[in-house]
Amino acid sequence: MFANLTNLFRYRGLIQSLVARDLKARYRGSVLGFVWSFVNPLLLLLIYSFVFTKVMPNETKGIQPYALFMFCGILPWTWFSSSLSEAAGALIAGGNLIKKVLFPAEVLPIVSVLTNMVHFFLGLPILIAFLVIYKHPPDAWDLVWFPVAVAVQLLFTCALALIVSALAVHFRDIRDILANLLTLWFFATPIIYPMSLDTVQKYKALYNLNPFTHLAVSYQEILFYYGPIGHWRWLLALGGASAALFLAGYWLFDRLRDSFAEGV
Amino acid sequence: MTPAIELTDVTKIYRRYGGKQFATLKSALLQRSILRDLRPSETFPALNGVSFVVPRGSTFGVIGKNGSGKSTALKLVAGITKPTSGSVRVEGRISALIELGAGFHPEISGRENVFINGIMLGLTKREIQNRFDEIVDFAELREFIDAPVKTYSSGMYMRLGFAVAINVDPDVLLVDEVLAVGDEGFTHKCLDKFSEFRRRGKTILLVTHSLNLIERFCDEAVWLDAGQKKADGDPKRVVDAYLTKVEEAEELLLAQTNLRAVEAAEPPAPASGAPPADPTSDMFQATEGRWGSREIEITDVSFLDREGQPSHIFHSGDPMSVRLKIRAVHPTEDFVFGVGLFNADGVCCYGTNTYLEELIPETMSGDAEVTFAVDSLDLVEGTYKVDVAVHKRDGAPYDYHRLLYTFRVKSRTHDVGIYRPRHRWLFSSAIRFRSGQGPE
Repeated sequence: MFANLTNLFRYRGLIQSLVARDLKARYRGSVLGFVWSFVNPLLLLLIYSFVFTKVMPNETKGIQPYALFMFCGILPWTWFSSSLSEAAGALIAGGNLIKKVLFPAEVLPIVSVLTNMVHFFLGLPILIAFLVIYKHPPDAWDLVWFPVAVAVQLLFTCALALIVSALAVHFRDIRDILANLLTLWFFATPIIYPMSLDTVQKYKALYNLNPFTHLAVSYQEILFYYGPIGHWRWLLALGGASAALFLAGYWLFDRLRDSFAEGV
Repeated sequence: MTPAIELTDVTKIYRRYGGKQFATLKSALLQRSILRDLRPSETFPALNGVSFVVPRGSTFGVIGKNGSGKSTALKLVAGITKPTSGSVRVEGRISALIELGAGFHPEISGRENVFINGIMLGLTKREIQNRFDEIVDFAELREFIDAPVKTYSSGMYMRLGFAVAINVDPDVLLVDEVLAVGDEGFTHKCLDKFSEFRRRGKTILLVTHSLNLIERFCDEAVWLDAGQKKADGDPKRVVDAYLTKVEEAEELLLAQTNLRAVEAAEPPAPASGAPPADPTSDMFQATEGRWGSREIEITDVSFLDREGQPSHIFHSGDPMSVRLKIRAVHPTEDFVFGVGLFNADGVCCYGTNTYLEELIPETMSGDAEVTFAVDSLDLVEGTYKVDVAVHKRDGAPYDYHRLLYTFRVKSRTHDVGIYRPRHRWLFSSAIRFRSGQGPE
């Protein structure tokens, strides 16, 4: 297993070019091309702003401007959820490669995660622009934690992507279950509401069990709230747990690897 | 010297999907059968205890009919699947020409696909950069290399896939029936490339249905049948053994076909249908059937080989006999026996009868046998159908069997036409051929 894991490092060239390919292929044929990567989050943010300031104003204290608060959580969540749904179909879509070419299968779910990470990064400038426009600049010192949060999320998402993609080969239902599970997970995470809400505090222990809570809260503290970040212990703990989960996920993937060529 | 590829007692068992295509997670959880569902329930051995060794630098052929395990063997060597038991050992870098252009992305250009495909096959960016021109020239796609691959024709797609895979510069090249991708010119180029590989001492494992290619190219060959090794060694010997087996199978098939044709043509009552007054009038209209008054009946038709054994496969130039078993209901004095040979296009190659050959009938009664003996079957390779008939001198049929019997002619020489005259080639001394080549 560890020999294979070091191979993963050797495949970085392959991973890199596959991510580039997916990004290129995604907008090939559209007029705006790569600009869509900026336009998509921009439009999303405009819609949220309109709905939550004009249609259904959310005036909860401490999370104003609300659209911006929400956006801090939604951006990483989109990365997470799209990665998983794409990873669930990654091995099946890449069946030709697995069946006909000697190809390291684990590259496929990881490419899904990384491609969506690039989209996440491309959404950040929009977020930053709006933080500036709303005169709500984040604490510069907090930003040091941003790469840490991204790294933890990357590890966590890759771990789940490996597990989901490997199991989806044998249990096709996973793709459908996953879509619903992700919706549930989204609402069970303080993304569109703050952790400080009274009702949330009542179930704090349960919320703390949700790994994405710590990512969402960390992003909000880093990007949205002014002042020192108080969630870093949780973030680091999640990082450690993610590393363990990644090893477990990789082990599972490795165990099932030989069945892929027949299963997909 | 260590062999390049070594298969030792390799068995590969595939899971056969029965009633349910995919186990569902729900049922697996409910019945706590996750582990059981991941294990095969019904199995199918694609390879069964196969061992062979491919020496380094040799070209090794794998033959066998469809479903005999050839491609599975290749996938095992490529490392795409693992054997259920036994071991597969391969020395050096492998490139597998199994599915060409697997992993091409339709939306992006040929150029980008070459790079990504090359990286998938284990090249570095720099290596691809260096070989890029060679790849594009080999694929003959210089004008289209910047167009998205989805606009390519299937031939272009395959050529590009082939060009990338062959330029990986492997130590061991695995080829699975991919030479059929291009036009004549491209196939030649591929063969030249294989020859170059051989010269450079690389190992090639070739799976193909082209026996010709095996005999011409391979140093050794193995014949797989139903997952088992039937023969290996000298390609000529292996191919011969394989052909014999194929003939046996074909023989069986033809025998069944003939039986079925006769049964199907059996009319409900004698003298039914619309018997043509003169069967020779529609000699060139190929419709199967049987008609006649049955006053004289042909009860059995068989083709006999040199030893007088029934057979359906003959080699060009072999002797062949058509034997008819006849039964006359009443003794009669008016009878003519006829035989006609038709090729697969329905062209009459030869037709004759006893009347045309001026044999004057005298008497016939009860059971009898008629044999039409050909000393040398001078036909080209192909499938032939036979008419046999017994009729009156005026043409009124007693029993006419139209195209009910099939036999096959095999030939080492792939000459064409409907008839092979006995011939020789003579050359004056200024013309010389290399020995060991040409028709045997």
